[in-house]
Amino acid sequence: MRVELRDIHKSFGPVHANDGISLTAEAGSIHGLLGENGAGKSTLMKILSGFTAPDRGQILLDGAPVRIASPAEALRHGIGMLHQDPLDFPTLSLLDNFLMGRPGARRGHGLAGLLPDRRGAREALRALAAQFAFSLDPDAPCAGLSVGERQQLEILRLLWLGVRVLILDEPTTAISEPQRVKLFAALRTMAGQGKVVFFVSHKLQEVLALCDAVTVLRAGRVAGDVAAPCDPGRLVALMFGRDLPHPPRTGITLGPPVLELAALSVDDARSPIANVSLRVRAGEAVGLAGLEGSGQRLFLQMCAGLIPPAGGRVSIAGRDLTGRPYREFLASGVAYVPAGRLGEALIPGLTVAEHLALAERPGVFVDWHAASRAAAQRIRAFDVRGTARTPVQELSGGNQQRVLLALLPRQIAVLLMEHPTRGLDVESAQSIWSHVLERRRRGTAVVFSSADLDELLERSDRILVFFNGRVSAPLDARRATVEQLGRLMAGDAPVGRERRP
Amino acid sequence: MNTTGATMGILRSIAAGVVGLVLTAACGAGILSVLGASPLEAYRWIAAGAFGTPEQVSYVLTAWTPLLLCAAGLLLTFAAGVWNIGIEGQVIFGAVFATGLLRAMEPGAPAWAGVILAGLAAILGGGMWGGVAGALRAYGNVNEIFGGLGLNFIAGSLTVYLVLGPWARPGIASTSGTLPFPDRLWLPTFAVPPLVIPGETLLGLAAIGLVAGALRGTQFGLRLKAIGKSSRAAYIRGVPVTRGLLWAFAGCGGLAGLAGFVLVIGAYSRHQLFPLISGGYGFLAILVVLLAGSNALAGILISAFFAAVSTGSLQLPLQMHLDSAVSGILEGTLVLLALLMRGVQARLVPGGR
Repeated sequence: MRVELRDIHKSFGPVHANDGISLTAEAGSIHGLLGENGAGKSTLMKILSGFTAPDRGQILLDGAPVRIASPAEALRHGIGMLHQDPLDFPTLSLLDNFLMGRPGARRGHGLAGLLPDRRGAREALRALAAQFAFSLDPDAPCAGLSVGERQQLEILRLLWLGVRVLILDEPTTAISEPQRVKLFAALRTMAGQGKVVFFVSHKLQEVLALCDAVTVLRAGRVAGDVAAPCDPGRLVALMFGRDLPHPPRTGITLGPPVLELAALSVDDARSPIANVSLRVRAGEAVGLAGLEGSGQRLFLQMCAGLIPPAGGRVSIAGRDLTGRPYREFLASGVAYVPAGRLGEALIPGLTVAEHLALAERPGVFVDWHAASRAAAQRIRAFDVRGTARTPVQELSGGNQQRVLLALLPRQIAVLLMEHPTRGLDVESAQSIWSHVLERRRRGTAVVFSSADLDELLERSDRILVFFNGRVSAPLDARRATVEQLGRLMAGDAPVGRERRP
Repeated sequence: MNTTGATMGILRSIAAGVVGLVLTAACGAGILSVLGASPLEAYRWIAAGAFGTPEQVSYVLTAWTPLLLCAAGLLLTFAAGVWNIGIEGQVIFGAVFATGLLRAMEPGAPAWAGVILAGLAAILGGGMWGGVAGALRAYGNVNEIFGGLGLNFIAGSLTVYLVLGPWARPGIASTSGTLPFPDRLWLPTFAVPPLVIPGETLLGLAAIGLVAGALRGTQFGLRLKAIGKSSRAAYIRGVPVTRGLLWAFAGCGGLAGLAGFVLVIGAYSRHQLFPLISGGYGFLAILVVLLAGSNALAGILISAFFAAVSTGSLQLPLQMHLDSAVSGILEGTLVLLALLMRGVQARLVPGGR
């Protein structure tokens, strides 16, 4: 199927998210959509998949104009979207989620049409999963899955629904290297079958490796169309209008240990962590690598004091805080920046100034004047596009992440970050890391997880690799390689979860 | 939110309010016509019943006060993102504690001391019952709606037991209530000719004003708001979520308890404890806050309107042989229509999904 978008316009209040975008994707091609945050990629794809109605413009499938008023209608046209955060029902089983949106058994006999065909679905799920070498248990609840596994399920579901146009919005942010390789192979197979794959990303390397054609968006307009083979310099120039220099690795003098873990273990049904010992020194950066759900999140939350360890000791800045309440961890200078920017890290509905007032906590009354002034000053210092009175959910992902850093107390001993640059464009990620570097210079120890191996190698001093709750010995980031990390992340063995007795 | 956005928002909610009232009047007219009554005449009697004489205005103010106090409390729990269904029971507990204290001090103690201590006891009683609902929710993981319903039943049964049992009138055991308190214990009135203002109305207005101020200008209010928007993120940001929820419930219960105190010895009350003394004021206040959201001024206006309709409707059985329950139908219709319009608006306004 050939997909054509003509002069698509969409405004949200004063923001012209799509300002006359036109593009054509040929049948059997993987079409990349590249652009920084707020360039209009997600809006355009939400329009194509029926989540949002355009203000103006036309969508043509194989030359015929269509109206797509809802996601269900898009699916009937064979258009399916895999969202950045998978839209599933956590309490239902994988099989139930797989069945979701599927019309009842083919208009058969009487009641059969009302009942879901579980046996057929189970078979289909098994077959599709096997085809892509995904290991998914149909009867497990979705809540226990990692983002990566939930995305796999969603892809299988869409394929089963018969989509001919598959839209993927930043699909690789949460998945591991082996999973990414599998995903790309699957996408190429789909393109080989004549399907159209839209690949929304800000990762140049992936777009270069995968896409047959790339449309670069900037500020709601098409900055340029490039056919493979693309020149990376050209794409960067189209995205930003300039090349981005990589900052040189900066030498930081390390101080005394501020985070000490001794023979630490955490109970968990999926990936219990056993026996980790680690000393992180002031100013040091430790990266956590691993498949999504291999224990990195548990590990960070345990260091933050949100989860009590099952055994071993945790010390922050020389104080043993094992089993102490979360607020004592906070008071000792621990800061945790979770991956869920809205609803976990930031409170949707509150403004930047309100977040700041909440963080400062001076007394009974809130000095709104001072809070607004302080918020405005930090917004300037962190180059946030927004104001003190902007509700945080109206900020873009990059600006939310900058606000998160801006809200941190002035002096912190240990900064724990989960996927600090997930979904951010190169420029936003750079600015996040330069603020983190500034913190490290002032003596903050940083522990962060990331699914981007280059980022881990570039931004950490040492790297811990997680596999199924097992934690590797710390690797020197200067000597480690992507291949080495990839091997450790896969447990040095074919991917497959061993069950502990 | 910028200023134009805020102004637009206010204009939109005023427009929604007016449209809601008109639609409610139309629906009410339909219902009254089916009952064979003239809608215009009925509405005229309701208006006359609410504002016809200075005395009737005093009755409206009397009905307004418990609504104000309950709405003030519910603003706290609304901010924290929970529905305090147990508010009826908290009103009752306030009334029971106030009655108990007055009975214990009577006669002997000076009236002013009795009244003030009874008010404090009511806050304590209601606050405690609210705290139980909050603790069930915070520690026992009991949904506040189910917990609240259970606590309401217990409180209701308690009044029946007290009125028929330990606090029964000498000689007769009747569900009509305890022995009325002497008039020196009644809350005072203020004459603003030609009107007479019951003293408790000032208490109600002060309470809702204080709550609005606390929500806007204190750390406590900001924390409740943070908990209401996302308790998980609030917790990670270092907000003591459990304590905040408990205080929201206890604060709401305290204000509801004060409403119970007003229902016992308010200027125009029955000056006694009787079964189910809360009389649905708590539930009606839930409807008020359902419409007003976090807007205290809207809460004041909507509760005034409800009080006027409820009081005015009392004329319907006298003048037109209709049941005064018509007021309940009108209020319920208004709430449903207002919610419906809000839903429709959310679908129409771009980005309001």
